[in-house]
Amino acid sequence: MDILTQQLINGLVLGSIYALVALGYTMVYGILELINFAHGEVTMFGAMISLAVIGAFTANGAEVNGLVIVAIGLLAAIAVCVALGFLIERVAYRPLRRAPRLAALITAIGMSIVLQNLAMLIWGKQYISFPPLLPLTSFEVGGAVITNLQIFIVTLSCLLMAGLLLLIKRTRLGRAMRATAQAQDIAGLMGININTIISLTFMIGAALAAIAGVMVSAYYGLAHYHMGFMLGLKAFTAAVLGGIGNVAGAMLGGLLLGLIESLGAGYIGTLTGGFLGSHYQDVFAFFVLILVLVFRPSGLLGERVVERA
Amino acid sequence: MIERWQKWRHDRRAVWATYIALAVLLAALPFLTGEVLGRGWVRILDFTLLYVMLALGLNIVVGYAGLLDLGYIAFYAVGAYVYALLASPHFGLHLPFWALLPIGAGIAAVFGILLGAPTLRLRGDYLAIVTLGFGEIIRIFLNNLNAPVNITNGPQGVNLIDPIAFGGFSFSQTHTLFGLSFPGIYTYYYLFLALALLIIFVSLRLQNSRIGRAWVAIREDEVAAEAMGINTRNIKLLAFAMGASFAGISGGLFAGFQGFISPESFNLFESIIVLCMIVLGGMGNIAGVILGAVLLTIFPEALRYIGELQNYLFGRILADPADLRMLIFGLALVLIMIFRPAGLLPSVRRRQEFGSDASVLAQEQASLYDARR
Amino acid sequence: MSGPRMTHWTVWAFILALGLNACGKKEETATGATAGETTVKIGQVSPLTGPQAHLGKDNDNGARLALDEVNAAGVTLGGRKVKFVLVSEDDMADPRTATIVAQKLVDQRVAGVLGHLNSGTSIPASKIYFDAGIPQISPSATAIAYTAQGFKTAFRVMTNDRQQGKVLGEFAVKQLGAKRIAIIDDRTAYGQGLADEVEKAVKASGGEVIAREFTTDRSTDFLAILTSIKAKKPELLFYGGMDAQGAPMVKQLRSLGIQAKFLGGDGVQTSEFLKLAGAAAGDVTASSPGLPIDSMPGGPEFRKKFTDRYGAIQTYAPYAYDAAMTMVAAMKMADSPEPARYLPMLPRVERAGVTGQISFDERGDIRGGAITMYRVRNGKWEVLETVMGDAAADKK
Repeated sequence: MDILTQQLINGLVLGSIYALVALGYTMVYGILELINFAHGEVTMFGAMISLAVIGAFTANGAEVNGLVIVAIGLLAAIAVCVALGFLIERVAYRPLRRAPRLAALITAIGMSIVLQNLAMLIWGKQYISFPPLLPLTSFEVGGAVITNLQIFIVTLSCLLMAGLLLLIKRTRLGRAMRATAQAQDIAGLMGININTIISLTFMIGAALAAIAGVMVSAYYGLAHYHMGFMLGLKAFTAAVLGGIGNVAGAMLGGLLLGLIESLGAGYIGTLTGGFLGSHYQDVFAFFVLILVLVFRPSGLLGERVVERA
Repeated sequence: MIERWQKWRHDRRAVWATYIALAVLLAALPFLTGEVLGRGWVRILDFTLLYVMLALGLNIVVGYAGLLDLGYIAFYAVGAYVYALLASPHFGLHLPFWALLPIGAGIAAVFGILLGAPTLRLRGDYLAIVTLGFGEIIRIFLNNLNAPVNITNGPQGVNLIDPIAFGGFSFSQTHTLFGLSFPGIYTYYYLFLALALLIIFVSLRLQNSRIGRAWVAIREDEVAAEAMGINTRNIKLLAFAMGASFAGISGGLFAGFQGFISPESFNLFESIIVLCMIVLGGMGNIAGVILGAVLLTIFPEALRYIGELQNYLFGRILADPADLRMLIFGLALVLIMIFRPAGLLPSVRRRQEFGSDASVLAQEQASLYDARR
Repeated sequence: MSGPRMTHWTVWAFILALGLNACGKKEETATGATAGETTVKIGQVSPLTGPQAHLGKDNDNGARLALDEVNAAGVTLGGRKVKFVLVSEDDMADPRTATIVAQKLVDQRVAGVLGHLNSGTSIPASKIYFDAGIPQISPSATAIAYTAQGFKTAFRVMTNDRQQGKVLGEFAVKQLGAKRIAIIDDRTAYGQGLADEVEKAVKASGGEVIAREFTTDRSTDFLAILTSIKAKKPELLFYGGMDAQGAPMVKQLRSLGIQAKFLGGDGVQTSEFLKLAGAAAGDVTASSPGLPIDSMPGGPEFRKKFTDRYGAIQTYAPYAYDAAMTMVAAMKMADSPEPARYLPMLPRVERAGVTGQISFDERGDIRGGAITMYRVRNGKWEVLETVMGDAAADKK
């Protein structure tokens, strides 16, 4: 039983990280119907920037509280990533807004390769370690262990997601974003500056990605210029699972994917009588995804695909 | 300019002269390349032809039928593993080449249908992620099926695969004909060229056939196509099967050519690169797809000379060439798409769309890939 | 054609033309002489881009340092002064690219190749070097298949999976006294190969493998598999894989409150691991082929020279250095940089490298294969003992 609790905790933490990254995918998709393949790379930039700033602080031996340093690193990461998100949209996607969707997909892939290699040039090929600035304490919950960092990650993710939902449902900006997603031309006629809204969407997504990046590197203790790829892929899967374009769906999809992976790795062996082991963890995740999509072709919370009559 | 081109096209003699010149060029290409650039580039040519076949296969699925497939490399892997397992010491089987290719193509086609069947209702990006997942599932299975029963030899890959041979003629050895020496990579070039031409021919014939038009109809408007009496299910499955079989052939050739395969050759990035080839070259247009495959295979290799380029321009090496290579590759992808959004050589249909109203295009694209419609 | 498109094409044409130009030049300088000095090209292949770029660059640096030293000391082969040039290529850890690069090096008439880094790339490339008669010394490929193909041009200065796995498995049971052992591998040719051999050795030594779990070389989260291992109460966890996964794994192991010992192979015995694992690295044991560098003649000197120039050693730089030095030693014995001449000398080389005594057996594997066990003490790798590889282990 304590093992199951532990697996649920593992999955929850992993899932809330996926969810945070997935939000960026889903917001951009909702408004532009574009898979922003470079989003994982923005997350990586967030981690790298924060580490560079933190590194500069700790190298000087400044007597500052660890939490303060991390907070400064986080703010720097958000600032840079927001700028990056704006730039990516402006340079790579805006010229293609009216072009075939696949063309934009290829620029997104190209952008992802560019950012990855840029990071390699700037920060080198080595793994970068996250200094142990945050005091780690563990708690026992029903035989399972949970650390303060894990609690912090889940709480922060939940707060951010709730904030984003509020922003979209309750504010003028949110309404403008929804209108733009529904029908760009009409939204434009209603006096909404579409370019601004799209830029803002990218910037909000990038800010969330930056936070996720910092959380990931602090949680696992390392960062690397290649870390964005897998994370991005998983988050994209989560976004589709929940119904891409739907903000609540991304959260649900992220959490579910985290849980599926944890439980899959933990129990797939027992389920198949030892035939399949934890090496089929990703197979299990994709299998669930395919199964969901077969029965709900637009994800769990996505709008129904209406066959045109 | 276009008028002159049209006039020229209708001059039969000119057309034949071009074909003959092209044939001579293609026949002499390995020798020219080998002499000027070195044998390494002949090997690159061989791989280019493999990618041409792969890209043409994916073009059927994505370019003709409009089904976005991000796991296409799985079929390439299936073809390669079928060849490797049936012609290597791994199981002690050594089937002849003429049997291996059809078996590989056939099994790949079956996998194509297996993938296609559950995804018939999916569209656009949902299809993309499911195919992506399918590709990863295949790779993960290949990587792990070494226990409890050793089928694929897992991450260690399959080694000592038989080279391609017809009867006593082995493609991997050096042959001498008319006083010319043909090393293995040259003979492989001619074999791959022949099969690539065959696949080009099949693609051309398909384009204007009943089936080809049915694919385009589905791509444009699935519901309308169905109303016109097209069996959309079968036609879609046929696209998957056909595309997969091309990849299966290409994969078999890859296995025989390399002599060693392991699952790491069939990762997601390869699928993405093949997709880039067809989009960048011009989806749906055979010449465009070939151009895309050629450019994207050769360009990263040509970028290996950045070191020399820097020496040439600045007299010294400013940045590590290896570090810049992929950066420039990514930039090139972005720039080409921004300046030529319909690809370098767009299909006639797409060119018309681009020439006309952008909103018509947007609408058409929406019907193509929109999951929410 | 419109303006921008035109310029676009010219840029491409320009790049290609330069490529042509560069290749053209290459032909004449095979081992051609310039003013009494012969230039000898040595190829080095490793992934210089992609997730393993840091390891690839490390090998490149190791080989570069060796050749620079040789050049500084001055070598005369066949009565002529020789200058070695390192031609480094990126195989992206991809088997297909590996063969292209191999062919390219053969075209450039390199006298020998140091590489490749991975087993998956060394194996397909070895066929091309064999056909061309060019000796290849891999600093780091460990798959048994690499030297089992019967290619007399394929050598390695690193022990193979079987040699190292046997030592590790026996060490876990006999020295560390663990009976209940869990094994995780990263499903790469390296990790899986090593883990399988460890499993065999554990069983042969009377230990019990209570869990076999798997991850990937891209993962950072191992909590799920570690949790299911926890339920089986292991005394020791062996990880077959690299430091980038090993370090977060040991952290997560401790955060789950599992007290089992952590054992790794040479992928874990790195300075990077110490940096990434931090406090959790305490009490980790790992092996590394060869003798402790600091106790080898020229070892501390190597470490200092390398760190001064390139920063901390990642993993395999000393092996790349040894591979290069061994190749040069064979050339000196043959008094020629011609592959056909010095290839027969390679099996006869006997020299003290920075990673240990280097000589090859009849297949090209390193003979004897000493393996040193290290333990982390106060944030540093500390030598526990050196185990001589069982002579019987490298037969079979």
